Amino acid sequence: MTIGLGHYLAVGAILFTLGILGIFLNRKNIIVILMSIELILLSVNVNLVAFSTFLGDIVGQVFALLVLTVAAAEAAIGLAVLVVYFRNRGSIAVEDVNLMKG
Amino acid sequence: MILPALFFYLFAGVCVASAVMVIVSRNPVHSVLFLILAFVNAAGLFVLMGAEFLAMILIVVYVGAVATLFLFVIMMLDVDFTELRSGFLEYLPIGLVIGGIFLFELLLTVGFWIINPGVAKSITAAIPTNVSNTEALYTRYIHYFQLAGMVLLVAMIGAIVLTLRHKANVKRQDINVQNARTPELAMTVRKVASGQGLQDADAAEWVR
Repeated sequence: MTIGLGHYLAVGAILFTLGILGIFLNRKNIIVILMSIELILLSVNVNLVAFSTFLGDIVGQVFALLVLTVAAAEAAIGLAVLVVYFRNRGSIAVEDVNLMKG
Repeated sequence: MILPALFFYLFAGVCVASAVMVIVSRNPVHSVLFLILAFVNAAGLFVLMGAEFLAMILIVVYVGAVATLFLFVIMMLDVDFTELRSGFLEYLPIGLVIGGIFLFELLLTVGFWIINPGVAKSITAAIPTNVSNTEALYTRYIHYFQLAGMVLLVAMIGAIVLTLRHKANVKRQDINVQNARTPELAMTVRKVASGQGLQDADAAEWVR
């Protein structure tokens, strides 16, 4: 009953799938979509740290730190854009985002 | 021997369950709280794997900063979140099908996949045994560390620039104007004939 690399990779895979599923299910709520992206990045971190530990190489943890930083920056910028958008339009529904008619 | 396995299943189970609750809960505030629970349990997994520094950073950054940010935004925006939830059941079957296929493929990859034994030769920075696990961060990978700092700086400046706004009708103190104010600019001395008071023309000029 020893816990190996595969167990951690399975947890990472399940978290990644849940993040994707969150984006599918909450297509109208941009806040839950941002939280799902955080879950996806967390699963990537779990993978990186698991490989780093089980291969005995610390570079994976350095990259995990970088991913963590980017995730925090992404959340900050995304929420700032969301606040500005709400100020202009009075709504945060994803299907209302059509100002540029793209 | 059985204790690490027990803690692994505890942390992994709670982490996955709270991740499910993040995407299905009705109230976004509950979603954020479950997200915090998921991250705390992921930090527990990191501790089990031996990455204590990353675990503590995960708790500080996510529970301390990102989750608070989410809570602030959710509570400040006046949005009807139940209306945003419509379509959830509509997308549930296709989402479950795609997610199931994807998870099946991922687990298949994880289950039938063996690390090449030669990869042990390509290890560039072995985990030191008797020092803290931040040594590589401050020596060989110092540029990644500084890059992370720059990313955070740019994110901070971007968030401030995006959300800062100057309202036109707010009175602010202007020290230069205050220092340049002299008695000649600020007041006029008028001689008023006794018993007559001010005329209307004088009053108009005064106001001006």
